Parts: sequence; structure tokens; C-alpha cells
Amino acid sequence: MNPRRKKRLLITSSLIAGLSLAIGLTLYALQQNIDLFYTPNEILNGKNETGAKPEIGQRLRIGGMVLNGSVQRDPESLKVSFDLIDNKAGQVTVYFDGILPDLFREGQGIVAQGVLKSENAIDAFEVLAKHDEEYMPPEVADALKGMEHLKTESELAK
Amino acid sequence: MLPEIGQFTLILACILSFLQMVYPLYGVQTGHQGAIRSARILTILQFIAVASSFAILAYSFLINDFTVGYIATNSNSAMPWYFRLSAVWGAHEGSLLLWVFLLAGWSIAVALMSKRLPIESVARVLAVLGLLSFGFYLFVILTSNPFERTLPYFPIDGRDLNPLLQDFGLVIHPPMLYMGYVGFSVAFAFAIAALLEGRLDSAWAKWSRPWTMAAWMFLTVGIALGSWWAYYELGWGGWWFWDPVENASFMPWLAGTALIHSLAVSEKRGVFKSWTVLLALSAFSLSLLGTFLVRSGVLVSVHAFASDPTRGLFILGFLVLVIGGSLLLYAIQASKVKSRGRYELASRESMLLINNILLIAALIVVLLGTLLPLVHKEIGLGSISIGEPFFNRMFTILIVPFALFLGVGSLFRWKRQQLNDLKKPLTLILILSVLSTVLFLFIFAPFLTWLAVLGTFLGFWIIVAVAYEIYLRSTHRHAFSKGVMKLGNSHWAMSFGHLGLAVMIIGITMTQNFSIEKDIKLAVGDHITFEHYDFHFDQVKPLNGPNYTGSVGIFTVKQDQKQIAVMHAEKRIYTVQRMPMTEAAIDAGITRDLYIAMGEQLPDGAWAVRIYYKPFIRWIWLGPLIMAFGGLLMICDRRYRSKKENGNESVPTTEKEGAQNA
Repeated sequence: MNPRRKKRLLITSSLIAGLSLAIGLTLYALQQNIDLFYTPNEILNGKNETGAKPEIGQRLRIGGMVLNGSVQRDPESLKVSFDLIDNKAGQVTVYFDGILPDLFREGQGIVAQGVLKSENAIDAFEVLAKHDEEYMPPEVADALKGMEHLKTESELAK
Repeated sequence: MLPEIGQFTLILACILSFLQMVYPLYGVQTGHQGAIRSARILTILQFIAVASSFAILAYSFLINDFTVGYIATNSNSAMPWYFRLSAVWGAHEGSLLLWVFLLAGWSIAVALMSKRLPIESVARVLAVLGLLSFGFYLFVILTSNPFERTLPYFPIDGRDLNPLLQDFGLVIHPPMLYMGYVGFSVAFAFAIAALLEGRLDSAWAKWSRPWTMAAWMFLTVGIALGSWWAYYELGWGGWWFWDPVENASFMPWLAGTALIHSLAVSEKRGVFKSWTVLLALSAFSLSLLGTFLVRSGVLVSVHAFASDPTRGLFILGFLVLVIGGSLLLYAIQASKVKSRGRYELASRESMLLINNILLIAALIVVLLGTLLPLVHKEIGLGSISIGEPFFNRMFTILIVPFALFLGVGSLFRWKRQQLNDLKKPLTLILILSVLSTVLFLFIFAPFLTWLAVLGTFLGFWIIVAVAYEIYLRSTHRHAFSKGVMKLGNSHWAMSFGHLGLAVMIIGITMTQNFSIEKDIKLAVGDHITFEHYDFHFDQVKPLNGPNYTGSVGIFTVKQDQKQIAVMHAEKRIYTVQRMPMTEAAIDAGITRDLYIAMGEQLPDGAWAVRIYYKPFIRWIWLGPLIMAFGGLLMICDRRYRSKKENGNESVPTTEKEGAQNA
């Protein structure tokens, strides 16, 4: 082989090796960090699209509306729990230890990220309520479609 | 009346941009000198037209003209004047007007500041910019008109700007970011013009380099500002969330960073040319993709305000046209580009190639992480989210070879480097950087983690290598004190750019490894102690702002019994939108920030409070500022500025190279 070809072969093969290593690592990292989104009903009865139920211990995201009167606080710490509901029969309890976002209210759509603790309970490490009152993640909006008290004040005012 | 004039000048600008696209191209094709020269005039006229529109919208905001729908939804008479002004770009319509205004600004800059370029080339570049402007004007006029009236029933007062955006950060963050986004259009236009011409030479790289650097500089500052804004305004002390919209700005930055390095090789050595062109096309295409993702509402994000499907479709169509068209042109014309230079495997060219490969790998990671959730949902597998850990892990892996090669790379010679010659300097750099790491961690780290050691080492590896390289270059021919004065601006630019990255790496490492975050319940009179700091919750006072009310929590902070700060953490309720907002109290310092944010008031009267200790977080933004300063130095380099020398010098070379390529 002449030196030029040798150089090319070296460059090409190192590129391919690097690329496949990168893709392998990426897929591996991805596998561990993809969180599926569920509605409360899907947690109990399996996903609408595939029918798969989440396993206990699985990391996931859940979106739904905070049930009125379900927020319970621990008097000593920042521990709090509340129930999330959707437009079907789902109802799931979320446990959280930390500061709830400014826009967290009963009757408001929220998203929580956490680990499934039991069939209908989630240990959340993050609770998100979106910054704009009128704005709601499309998944949550879908899950709440047709529910009475979903409408926010500003929408009612219009 | 005024808004109608604004709308009229906007339409005028649209027509002018169309002419700016067609006329010069026609002139270049037929050799019609008048048509070629018209490019500059049309660009200037277009700029004047769109600048009038922008000024009129800004003025209408200042005088609270709530008959304009956009102003009524995004402003309020109680807002101070500077927020009314920045509210111009506070939502979809106005931010697009800012976009086209800045695009016209870059166009006119090209028209006025490229006197030494062949007039045909300038005509082509301006024509491409005209095409881009035309597309965006159509978009603004057809789908997002900021001048639409609410007559005859207009509101007495506006619905206020989203409180998150009523902040100094918003006054400057979007213009900076957009300057960067839009600025890549110039590099794009240069690349397309060169492809149309079928001539890509070192002169092309030389012209396009300062423009690319300017855009990159703005983008760097814009992203850093966004990160800083998120840190103090969103109230939970994070500085980067891998939010899809952040990613949308980060992707052009990665491509742009690859581009400025690859341009350097193309200019100096005449190799990597077709790759550089591809990068120039990608950087702007990614800016467009970012715009599409943000503006079409397909993303779930803090930034997504518009979710009108026609808007999404329009941008998607434009995106396909621009990206598809440019790639097609590239496919046809790129084969004509021949790189003439030769280089060995061990050479600075190879080092810069590695830089590009790693940057593109990072780009692919971000692209994948951003688009995969969309794809996953569209093919019916349900919604997913890709968490921060994915990005964090990937970037932790990628930064290691990147930083190591960066430190070594600038020591390599062009063309060919004897590896044996590097043994001594590398050993020295290694020893010095290990020593610095140990010393630094001994002073500042409360305990050790592997990642902390790794990150700090990488940072110091770069710093020591940069310093050593400066020393080597300076003592090459002269004594150090004399030689260091003789180093060119470009050289300093490189050093500062790399130094900035090192500072940022150290900042990120320290913040991520040694931050202390306490979310606790505190009543007035309580206190909490950690890291030698004692936070005492003194009292809560009512708060009365121009368009908000609320409470302010006052904390006294003592370090080793000595009072060092009194911090005021605010909880605001914006009266018009009834929206609560957290204004964190921050005691900033070069080696640490103290951060207090009020959460909610609990039923028993105590407050949920976040108290954070963030070591070295300022370095995360200091780094990009240093990088941007480096960029500024490069733009000011004499070889891009002085007309005389270059005008005479570059013309013959371009002709020669043009002949060779043809």
C-alpha cells in the first residue's frame, strides 16, 4: 500500500470506529434515560397505544389534573402528596418532597416525573406546572379533554 | 395611522427584498452592470423600510397604543418604559419582526463593509440574503402580522407581558441570540454565492471568516445570557436544562464553532473547503430548524408561545426549501471544489479535524435528544421525554477527548509535526496541570469526586497548554517580553477562546459537584447553617411594585459569626395576569453564589424556602464572555480590516485560484 492510501485507510477506519462507538454509547445512554409519558388512566390500565402497563420501580412522567381537596402536607417538613386524575377513570397519588412550583394549584394540569412506587402511587422527584396559565402540555391537554373545571380563570373571563 | 404606515413599510421591505433577490442575480447572469450595482442600493432601501416598521412598533409600545392587538396582549400601561420597549420582542409576532430587522441589519452591513470584494460576489451574497429576507417577510406578513388592529373594540389597558419576561435579561437576551442566529445567514449566503459561482478559494474563506466569527460571538453571548437569566429568574437555580429550545440555540452554536475552526484551516491551508461549505450551510440551517421548533409549537417548552399550525407549516416549507435547495446546490457544485494542500496525519490540520468530528458528534447527540421525542410521538409510540442525565453523560464523555486534544492541538504545526518534539512540552504541561489541579482542589473542594478531579484537570490542562503555547510562540525569535507584544490578534483570539472554555469547564465542574441545595421549611425567626454560612430568616414584608404586589422575605447571612449579606427574596403576584413569580435573592461572588428563593407559604404560616450554595457558578458565564472577547479580537485583526494591503493582495490570488478551479 502506498502511504497515501494507508493514511486514508487509517482515517476512514478510525472514523468508522469512532462513529460506531459514539452511536453505541448514545443508544446505551438513551435507553436509560427515556421516560415514557403516562396519564393516570394509562398507569392503571396500560398505555393507549400499546397497552403496556408500567412496572413498579420504572421511571416515568405522568400528567393530569390535581384533584380538588387531595393535597395533603406533612406539618413538619415539605413532604406533600396529591391525587392526579384525567378524563377517564384514572386516579394516581403522587408523593413529593420539595417545593411545589409557583403555578401549582388544585384543579390545575401538571406534569410530574418520578418512579412508580406501587400500582397507583408515584414518588416524584420533579413537579412541573407550566409558566403560562393558559399553556398546557399537549399530552396533559389530551388527557383532560372534556373535563368541567379544566378551564382557567382567564379563559372564563373571555 | 402609524401602525398602518408600519405595515406598509413592512410590505415595501418585502417587495424590495424580492427585487434584491432577483435583480442582482439577473445582472450577474447577463453582465448588466446596473443590475449588479443595484444590490447595494436595494439592500439599503430594504433596511430603511424594515427599520421604520420596527421603530413604529417600538414607538407604539411606548405610547401604549392598545388598538394594536399585539400590544394589547403583551403590554400594559403600568409597565416601566424599558420593559414596554423590550416587550416588542416579548412574543411571537414582534420577535419575528426583530428577526427580519436584524437580517436586514446584517445585509446592510455586508453591503457597506465589503467594498474590497468583487462586485459580482457581493451581488450574489446580497441576492441570497434577499431570498432569506423575502421568505421571512412573507411569513411575518401572511401569518404573524404585529400591526393587526383590534378596532373597533379595543381594550383600555393591555393584558401585560408574561412576568417572566419583565426582566433586564429579556431586554438583551433575544436580540443577542437573534444576532447570532441571523448572523449565520451571512456565512450561509457567502457559501451559496461561492457555490453558485463554482469558486471556492482561500479568499472566500477569508471574507466569510470575520462575519462568521461575529455571528458566533453574538450567539455565544446570547446563549450565556439566556443561561444567566434562567438561573436568576426561573427561581430554581439551574443554569442549563437541556430544554428543547435551549438545544435549538446550542445546535447552531456547535456547528458554528466547528465552522470557525474549519474556516481557519480553509483560509490558511486551502484544505477542508467543501466540508467548510457544508458546515456553513448547516449552521444556518440549524438556526432555521431552531426557529421552526420554537415557533411552530411542536415542542413542549417554556419558550413555545405560538401554536398556530399554519405558522408551523409555513416555516417547515421554508425550511425544506432552504435546506433542500442548498444541499442540492452543494451536491451539484461541491465536486468542483478541490483541496490542494497536503498534510500528514500528525499535523494541526488533523487536530482541527478531530475538533470538528467531536463537535459534530456533540451536535448529533443534541439533535437526537431533541428530535427523538418528536419522532417517537409521531410514529405512535407515545410521548417520551429524554432526561438531563442523557445529555450530561454524553457531554461528560465527549468533553474529555475534546479538551485533551484542544490543549495539544495548538502546539501542532501546520502540515507536519514531529511527534518526538512534543514529548517535552507535553510532559511539562501534564505536570503543571496536575499540580494546579491538586492545589485548586485542595483550596476549594470540600471533598473529592472522580468527576471533580477530571473536570478540574481538563480545565487546567487547557489553561497550562494555552499559557505554554503563548510562551513558545513569543520566545520563538525574540525575548519573551518583546515577543509577546508581537503576537497577532488572531493568536490572542485563539488563546482567549480556549481559555474561556477552560474557565467554563472549571465552573461547570465545581457547580455540578459541590453545590449544596436545601429545600426547607422556615418560619420567621428560624435559621439554618451549612458550609460556614448561617442563614437567619428575619422577617416578611409586603411588597408593592408598579404592576405587582407580593411579599419579600429578608434574610441575614453570617459567615463564621460575621454578617456578610442581607438578602431580599421576593414573591411577586403580577396583578394583571394574576401570576405568581419568584425573584430570587442572590449574593454573587467570584468563588461562590448564595441563592435564596421563596417557595409558597404553607398553611401554618411558615415558608418553603430554597437556599443554595453554588460554588464557581459565575465562571460558567465568565467563560463564554472570554470566548466572545476572543472572537472580537479576531474580527479586529488587521488582515480583515486594512483595505489597502488586502485589496491588492487578494485579487491576484483569487484570479489564480479561480482559474485553477475552473
